[in-house]
Amino acid sequence: METSTLPLSSSTRGKLISAGYTSLSSISSVSSTDLARDVNITEAEAFEILKMANHQVTGSSTSLINGARNAWDMLHEEEALPRITTSCSDLDKILGGGISCRDVTEIGGVPGIGKTQIGIQLSVNVQIPSEFGGLGGKAIYIDTEGSFMVERALQIAEACVEDMEEYTGYIHKHYKANQVQLKPKDILENIFYFRVCSYTEQIALVNHLDKFISENKDVKVVIVDSITFHFRQDFDDLAQRTRVLSEMALKFMKLAKKFSLAVVLLNQVTTKYTEGSFQLALALGDSWSHSCTNRVILYWNGDERYAYIDKSPSLPSASASYTVTSRGLRNSSSSSKRVKMM
Amino acid sequence: MANKLIGEMDLHKRISNIFAARNIITAKDALSMTEFELMELLDVGVNEIQSAVRLISQAASPPCLSARSLMEQKVENEYLSGHLPTHLKGLDSALCGGIPFGVLTELVGPPGIGKSQFCMKLALSASFPKAYGGLDGRVVYIDVESKFSSRRVIEMGLKSFPEVFHLKGMAQEMAGRILVLRPASLSDFTESIQELKESILQNQVKLLVIDSMTALLSGENKPGDQRHQQHQLGWHISFLKSLAEFARIPIVVTNQVRSQNRDETSQYSFQAKLKDGSQEHTRTYDSHLVAALGINWAHAVTIRLVLESKSGQRIIKVAKSPMSPPLAFPFHITSAGISLLSDEGTELKGPGINNIHARGHSEMINFNGDCS
Repeated sequence: METSTLPLSSSTRGKLISAGYTSLSSISSVSSTDLARDVNITEAEAFEILKMANHQVTGSSTSLINGARNAWDMLHEEEALPRITTSCSDLDKILGGGISCRDVTEIGGVPGIGKTQIGIQLSVNVQIPSEFGGLGGKAIYIDTEGSFMVERALQIAEACVEDMEEYTGYIHKHYKANQVQLKPKDILENIFYFRVCSYTEQIALVNHLDKFISENKDVKVVIVDSITFHFRQDFDDLAQRTRVLSEMALKFMKLAKKFSLAVVLLNQVTTKYTEGSFQLALALGDSWSHSCTNRVILYWNGDERYAYIDKSPSLPSASASYTVTSRGLRNSSSSSKRVKMM
Repeated sequence: MANKLIGEMDLHKRISNIFAARNIITAKDALSMTEFELMELLDVGVNEIQSAVRLISQAASPPCLSARSLMEQKVENEYLSGHLPTHLKGLDSALCGGIPFGVLTELVGPPGIGKSQFCMKLALSASFPKAYGGLDGRVVYIDVESKFSSRRVIEMGLKSFPEVFHLKGMAQEMAGRILVLRPASLSDFTESIQELKESILQNQVKLLVIDSMTALLSGENKPGDQRHQQHQLGWHISFLKSLAEFARIPIVVTNQVRSQNRDETSQYSFQAKLKDGSQEHTRTYDSHLVAALGINWAHAVTIRLVLESKSGQRIIKVAKSPMSPPLAFPFHITSAGISLLSDEGTELKGPGINNIHARGHSEMINFNGDCS
């Protein structure tokens, strides 16, 4: 292993190499004071370099690797993962119960198919209290296009509260209908809304979310509507765009894992010419399509809206239909048909 | 926010100077590069870069609002919670009050269907005082195809709001609030809207109408230069959206139609594999019309109203709206402007709501020589 692979600034690296420390084994045997004197850097810097070098070296030793966990333990964790319902049971079924927390899910589709509707529905459903099987968390809604209509969010919140009250009425027959503590205005209070007006703000906000969520630990879903908009028009250098997007995707993944929340990215659609004809594909290019863990595509099939699981590490490809009603997302009336599996 | 200067943020002086030395002055410059690239460029360690980026990001982030305070702001500060009534009852109730502020609303339809009529009526009603359902402000009407007719506007005013218009001097004052611009080219238009952004608040402009967006872009490019056109349009889309938001005004844009080639019945790659009989009906033999300006534009508008003519009946459909079901209303045009024939819309399911039908001329041209 070479010292040139260590994450250091180029001048420090240059100094190390010109002083003769080209491989990691040469550093491991030297003390920090000696290194500092030889290379002409401060002792604190030398200490940092030694720490980095040792970290790399122990990774290749044959004893247990730092930070690894065995798959059996992870199984229990995966099964206990909470999921956010979409209020449409067919859709929940193909998603394995709902949108999973700790994962980045990308949802894309043509204009008017219901992406913003799903976004608003999820930001309301994440707040369903645990007595009703929900997460009781808060939502962050990052709006890049101005499509968040607060009147619609109120409609969906009211419908959600009504459904919960009806449910309490069925199950606890002796309870009165208005036992539900959560009111529509409270639901709106728990949606943190950010309006992003340029890609710089988008990147800045993603970087800042770490601090924001540390201060608001009960946020359980981050919805970005849509990630594409600013990146589609303002970037001239496409290679640069790809690099910046990959970094943003990594940050989202880290957020999802660190705080155990769900990240939902809504994407637009573009046409590309492949296999001899024009086909629809999600925007932002081929490199971006690798960045998200799960991918759901919304499309029209005849007169109905369908969702298709395009990419998932654990769910089979399947499609299910849903409708958008005045109360939000629901099963379509023809849902007596079974869910189609590939 | 993107143009915030790094020099004015709370960064350590040393780091701040390093950024400036490499010509990274604004937040936009810093955040357009990945952290690794910044490290290479500035010759600084990874921890320092990360904390600098964190501080810059915090300064450049937009503020947070809860959805509830968003709603309360709208209710308190804006007329009818941020909606411009169209005076068409069915449409207004479908749109929760009228054309919403702060977003782009598009009117698309074949020629002669009534888009300009709709816009003129809207411009007139926006100029009215609040007591009569208007916004009490100026209207900027960008008339690319010279369709604006003041005579028609006054006629509409007299017929639909007689009590207002007959008052002395009202007609002159209302018409005086509508500013008509006729840009000769796309660059003229670009200059005008940039100028507008500066003065929009002082001049009390409450509505912007662009009739039509397609005409602006069509004259500019060599045929087949799709990529360039899309790119130009991209800048205008972002600018118009930010103008609408910043000034909290409605922006109404009209769009034309074009015919759809067979090649363009696009599907996703996985749809070919799903064996479903209903896939076949997408290959129809009708040459039907689609909205011009492409799919990028279709994503950018928040509300799309489609005007079409089917079997001789004109219909206005709410094709895309985050807060309304897909309703269609029959309408006709009278001397008072557009009026709905029924306030109860019919709900259309499926993607058909986006299809645009236009009648041919055979109903008008009477081959038997009779006059009808």
